[in-house]
Amino acid sequence: MSEKELGKKWDRCLADGAIKLGTGLGLGIVFSVLFFKRHTWPISFGSGAGLGMAYANCQNDLRSHYFQQRSEKVCKYNKTHMHLKTT
Amino acid sequence: MLTLLLTPCVRETGGAAKVVAAGLVTVGGGIGGTVLYAKWDPKFRSAVEKNVPYSDKLFGLALGPASQDAGLPIRKQDISVFMLFPECKECHDHEDTPVTAAVLPDTESPAATEPLKERPVEEVTARLAQQDQEEQEILTSVSATLEDSLSNTAKATLQAIGAQEAALQAITRHTHKLKEAMEAEVPAQEKSAQWKELEAALADRTCAVTDAETALLKANEALDSLKSEIDKSKGLKVASVRPLVLAAEENLHNMVVDLDKVVTKVHSAQSEAKIVSQYSELVNEAKQQFQREVSSLTPEIQANWKGLTGKLSTDDLNALIAHAHRRLDQLNRELAEQRVREQIHIDAALEQQKLEDQKALEKAVSTALQHVKEEARLEQERKLSELREVMEAEMRTQLRRQAAAHTDHVQDVLKVQEQELKADAEQVLGSKLLEQETHFRQLSQEQLDNFTLDMNTAYARLKGMEEAIDSHVVAEEEARKAHKLWLSVEALNYTLKTADADAPTMPLEGAVQAVRDSCQDNDFALALSSALPEESLQRGVYSEASLRARFNSLRSLARRVALIDESHNSLYQYFLSYLQAALLFEDKQKAPPAQLSSEDLDPFKLLAYATYCLEHGDLELAAKLVNQLRGEARRVAEDWLTEARLTLETRQVVSLLSAYANAVGLGTTQAP
Repeated sequence: MSEKELGKKWDRCLADGAIKLGTGLGLGIVFSVLFFKRHTWPISFGSGAGLGMAYANCQNDLRSHYFQQRSEKVCKYNKTHMHLKTT
Repeated sequence: MLTLLLTPCVRETGGAAKVVAAGLVTVGGGIGGTVLYAKWDPKFRSAVEKNVPYSDKLFGLALGPASQDAGLPIRKQDISVFMLFPECKECHDHEDTPVTAAVLPDTESPAATEPLKERPVEEVTARLAQQDQEEQEILTSVSATLEDSLSNTAKATLQAIGAQEAALQAITRHTHKLKEAMEAEVPAQEKSAQWKELEAALADRTCAVTDAETALLKANEALDSLKSEIDKSKGLKVASVRPLVLAAEENLHNMVVDLDKVVTKVHSAQSEAKIVSQYSELVNEAKQQFQREVSSLTPEIQANWKGLTGKLSTDDLNALIAHAHRRLDQLNRELAEQRVREQIHIDAALEQQKLEDQKALEKAVSTALQHVKEEARLEQERKLSELREVMEAEMRTQLRRQAAAHTDHVQDVLKVQEQELKADAEQVLGSKLLEQETHFRQLSQEQLDNFTLDMNTAYARLKGMEEAIDSHVVAEEEARKAHKLWLSVEALNYTLKTADADAPTMPLEGAVQAVRDSCQDNDFALALSSALPEESLQRGVYSEASLRARFNSLRSLARRVALIDESHNSLYQYFLSYLQAALLFEDKQKAPPAQLSSEDLDPFKLLAYATYCLEHGDLELAAKLVNQLRGEARRVAEDWLTEARLTLETRQVVSLLSAYANAVGLGTTQAP
């Protein structure tokens, strides 16, 4: 079901975001605790990084179809043209 | 007298009297002439008697009864011959004369006018039987008498013959003895004994001769009586006696012959004996004379001088010798005389002998002649009887031949008749058979034709029925197939309805397989059934309701991602499209225009149109409208679109199939 794909994607995004955020946060916390003397900036950094990664992933995920399409088209084109070229 | 009568009449009634007289004269003359002629010619008499009534009485008065001898010579012969045949069961010859004699008076008694008819067979047989019986009686009596007389005669004759033989024997013995006595030189005692024997023999002979004579007389008497018997039985004229008579005659003749022979033998013996006795007498005389001479010469010598040779003296001897010489001389003289008179004596003796011989010859000849005659007669009689028998046998054979010929002829005639009748019958039978056969053939042909006709009609009908049935069958088959197809299509149709709210239908594979099965030879249906999309077969299709429901959810999503497409697909765009979707309000449902313009290609509008279409059950248009979506919305709706497409396809095919099935069904149903 194609209409459920978006939802799945969103789920993944959110899940991924959450994970990344959490992980980032966690790492940030950890790093902040461990390495950065309980600064908040690794936490925010981490969470931000996590969030950013999640955002990028999500966007990528959402775009993936188009890129795939494009690459497919290119492949096809190349194939046909290659064929033509060789003959 | 007539003139005396006439003259007074003439004076008184001249003409009338004349006429009357003339008439009387004529009539009398006619009658007299007729009678005279009838006396002369019996045929005429019989003719007149036949034709004129009461003329036979007149003729009887005038001439006496008709003598019919001369009138029936031929008839008699015929009758005799005719009578013989029915009577001739044994064909006794002796019956001819008495039978014909019996027949003649019998045929004479009926009148000449009466037709002669054959005696009935029973009468004839009775007569025959009677005659046979009489014959038998006569035969038995005659045979008895003949046998008696024959036996008597035979006895007598045998006796006579025996006696004669005895006499013969005695004579011969006597003669022999005499001879012996004459010639033998025996001593006196024996001579006397011999003489005594001779005398005894003589006595025997005389005895025997007398016995023989008496026996001969008796035999002759017996023979005569037999002869008379034979003659009497001959006089009876009965044919069956003849052989007996013949036999008796033969016996008689034989006996007579034997008797005569024996008698002649006896006579010859007697004559011989006479000669011998004469000789003996002569010898005795001579002896006596000699004795006398010797005694005269020598008186003292006794008779038997032969034994006294020692006692005789010389004188006696001389006297004896002289006597002997004298005797010799005398004897010589006598001898010379005798010689001289020899011839005469011989002639006289010959003459005597001739006479005697003649007499004897005549006698012998006469007896022989008699015997021969008798024999000839007997022979003749025998021959006659044999001939008669032969004739009888021949007659019998001839009659048998005739009978055989008759039977043969009858057989032949019968055979011919049989053949003719057979031929006729066969012809008739053949014609009838032919008729029947033709009739039968006709009938059978008719029957056959009818049958053929019926068969043909039946066959035609059967054929028609078969064809009808076949066509029916075919039609039924077609109808069945169509029905099957229709059923399968209906099943397929039904399976389309089995979709739940969110679940697709059952896989249509089975139904489609059923459809495929039910339309094996239908290319169109096969093509159609193969035109169904695989997904529908494998997975089934979604119902319109589910699609509608899904579309509703899809719509909101499509609204949210309306701005996203290839180029605009960042997260920010997503946010923006979400915002747009939240802030934009359009009609839930909007009727789509007939033609879409570029303005209508807005997703929101499209979605509204599609919703409207869906709500109104037009999935096709909705799908078309949804197809116009671009970008992410399109991507989101892709699945739904494919599903919608599938459903539409399936439904189209199914509807086609059902339409086809219906059409086929309609086609197969025969319009009444």
